[in-house]
Amino acid sequence: MKNRSIILSAAVLFAMASAYEAKAQVGTPYIHDPSNIMLCNGKYYTYGTGGGGLWSPDGWHWSAIEAPEGVNARPGGGAAPDALKIGDRYLIGYSATGGGLGGGHAGRILTMWNNDLDPNSKNFGYTEAVEVAHSEFDEDCDAIDIGLFLDPTTGRMFATFGTYFGFIRQCELDPKTGYRKEGTKDLDVAVDCEASDMIYHNGWYYLLGTHGTCCDGVNSTYNIVVGRSRNVNGPFIDNVGRSMIEGGGKMVVAAGYGKTGAGHFGRYIEEEGIEKMSFHWEADYDQGGRSVLAIRPLLWKNDWPVAGEPFFEGVYEIESVRRGYALELAVDFQRQNVARPMRGSTDPIPNPSFQKLEEVIGTWPAGDIPARIGDYMFRPHQKWSVVAVDEAGGYLGAPYYKIVIEGTERALAATADLEVKTVEKYTGADEQLWRIEQCTDGTFRIMPKAIPGCNEPLCLISAGDSTPSLGKFDFNSDNCKWNFCTR
Amino acid sequence: MNFIKRTTILAAGLLCLAGAAKAQDFTNSNYFTPVTGDVASPDANGFIGRWLLLEPFDFPNGSNTVFVDSYIRETFAKFSDTYLGGDLAKVPTTGKKGEVIKYKTQYEKATFRGFGAPQAPEIVKVDRKLKWHALDSKLFNVKLMRFASDLNRDKYGLVFWAVTVIDVPEDMTVRLAVGSNSASMWWVDGEEALILSGDRRMVADDGMSARMTLTKGKHVLRGAVINGPGMSDFCVRFVDENLKPVKNYTISTTK
Repeated sequence: MKNRSIILSAAVLFAMASAYEAKAQVGTPYIHDPSNIMLCNGKYYTYGTGGGGLWSPDGWHWSAIEAPEGVNARPGGGAAPDALKIGDRYLIGYSATGGGLGGGHAGRILTMWNNDLDPNSKNFGYTEAVEVAHSEFDEDCDAIDIGLFLDPTTGRMFATFGTYFGFIRQCELDPKTGYRKEGTKDLDVAVDCEASDMIYHNGWYYLLGTHGTCCDGVNSTYNIVVGRSRNVNGPFIDNVGRSMIEGGGKMVVAAGYGKTGAGHFGRYIEEEGIEKMSFHWEADYDQGGRSVLAIRPLLWKNDWPVAGEPFFEGVYEIESVRRGYALELAVDFQRQNVARPMRGSTDPIPNPSFQKLEEVIGTWPAGDIPARIGDYMFRPHQKWSVVAVDEAGGYLGAPYYKIVIEGTERALAATADLEVKTVEKYTGADEQLWRIEQCTDGTFRIMPKAIPGCNEPLCLISAGDSTPSLGKFDFNSDNCKWNFCTR
Repeated sequence: MNFIKRTTILAAGLLCLAGAAKAQDFTNSNYFTPVTGDVASPDANGFIGRWLLLEPFDFPNGSNTVFVDSYIRETFAKFSDTYLGGDLAKVPTTGKKGEVIKYKTQYEKATFRGFGAPQAPEIVKVDRKLKWHALDSKLFNVKLMRFASDLNRDKYGLVFWAVTVIDVPEDMTVRLAVGSNSASMWWVDGEEALILSGDRRMVADDGMSARMTLTKGKHVLRGAVINGPGMSDFCVRFVDENLKPVKNYTISTTK
């Protein structure tokens, strides 16, 4: 029922969502076939088809990488690159091909290293690209769309590649050199998809691929599917027992919210319990139908990866997962004067009205009011309006939000003594801005942008059933998790 | 014409003939073998590998996105009525005395999606005699694109027809399960069983017919697949009430 509430809220709120809410990343996030997102010296980078790429100072505002004259941010051109950090270096893979659906299918997969992804850095400089896989003109594979994967259990590295033309293939690379590992043979692992990528989670190896129609703008049906295996080499089986060699695949993300054509999966792990997935929308109806970078929460349900929903501005109960109580103002509970109906009577009687803000706000003290957690009764002191603050910047995949009591400017704020309170009027101070991220189990982590006098990243926690505070995020503790509900 | 030139042309001609003959008997195909023996069985997962395949009709489309339901219904009906006698339950014949379908058309060569510059329009004239081939697929699926390339034909922009005959030992209630790349339609004993429209990938059990009762005896299964650019293939099996593959029947290419 909890999930139902959240889903319901997303659906309802989408109908009244502002244009801001419907956006993907802001800035000029125009890209096709993005690589995994890399974090390098506090900046985010991703690379796309045709060369170049995007960078972001915060993960929310994106723009094209600007390189000094004579320097190429991602040389080689070609299609659908990928990136992987190994040790202190970054391995970039890309494909050189003259193919395409109607062209030849001779393709080459190449890799190259860089120590720094900022083309303005003195440490920036690619090694010579080396071929790690290829396809001949007419074999049942089109060697493009590399996906790089480092097995966290063994340290072995693999590349997958291929398109709709034939098989998706897997080969092993040497993580020290980026070269093709001597003796490795290409292994067929899937058919009829492209933009493959592998990830690992909880004893499972996952192969993700993109199905549907590519490169057709708003009509692109591109969608990302997945199969899994206990073995790094597969077979990768979907949720109904179908191998990806038979075309199988369980949906991860498809079109929605004014965006079509989800393709080219990438994974970004912030820490245990907080993961993001990157991909492109073939067309964003709010950005001229352009192909844009997308970043969504990555959830795990029964050990299957699922795209989390975008977070929409709206009015919510903020429910503590610890007990199921709701974040609220610490004010007097105002009883409603509604007589209890007589038991046994079936005579028609009028419905009670919901309590309104104007009926109770006069009883609230001026100035700061502490925050508390209590029984949810859909009363005004428990209804929080969550609104994105465009000028406040963002983090990977989302903007900062202010959290105010509905109909007021009374804002939730972090305090220097590592507690939370509400201030009478939102001022835009960093301690009144909140980072809202969906955890891998579908709950949410809520973190202040800043805490006065504290540099440690802390999040909103339930210190007790009735007591909110700030503390270290621990994915394995329900004290650190919240739900946004509309009920 | 000097001797060397004449010899070269002769050799080239012989090579072409040899190449054509070699390709058309499918003895060296990586994907098919000519049918041997009267009957075959479904494979371990119930997929049907024995088919009569008609050499494909040239029918270019620059994109597979045009294959909406009405388009493929009209296209397949037109090919069936114009070239195949309109009898969707018929089992065609092969070999020297087999059916030959004359197909004459011309079209503007499609520019498929690619990374290169757009191609200039080119008018292609086609005058073909299309034959049916009785083949066993070496794979669980039937790679139609490779059927075309084995015939030294273009791989893209084609309409394929496939027919097979199944002999069930008893009355059975089943569903026809199909995956195709790209769009396809399927008929059992001449009755439409399934349509898979759109720019579609081959996914096993992608589409299911409604339940149907196959009475004891032989039944004709026919399919048509249309593809623009990219891979074209299909996989077909019957499944039972529990969606498990049905395997207790035989497959042949004659009725």
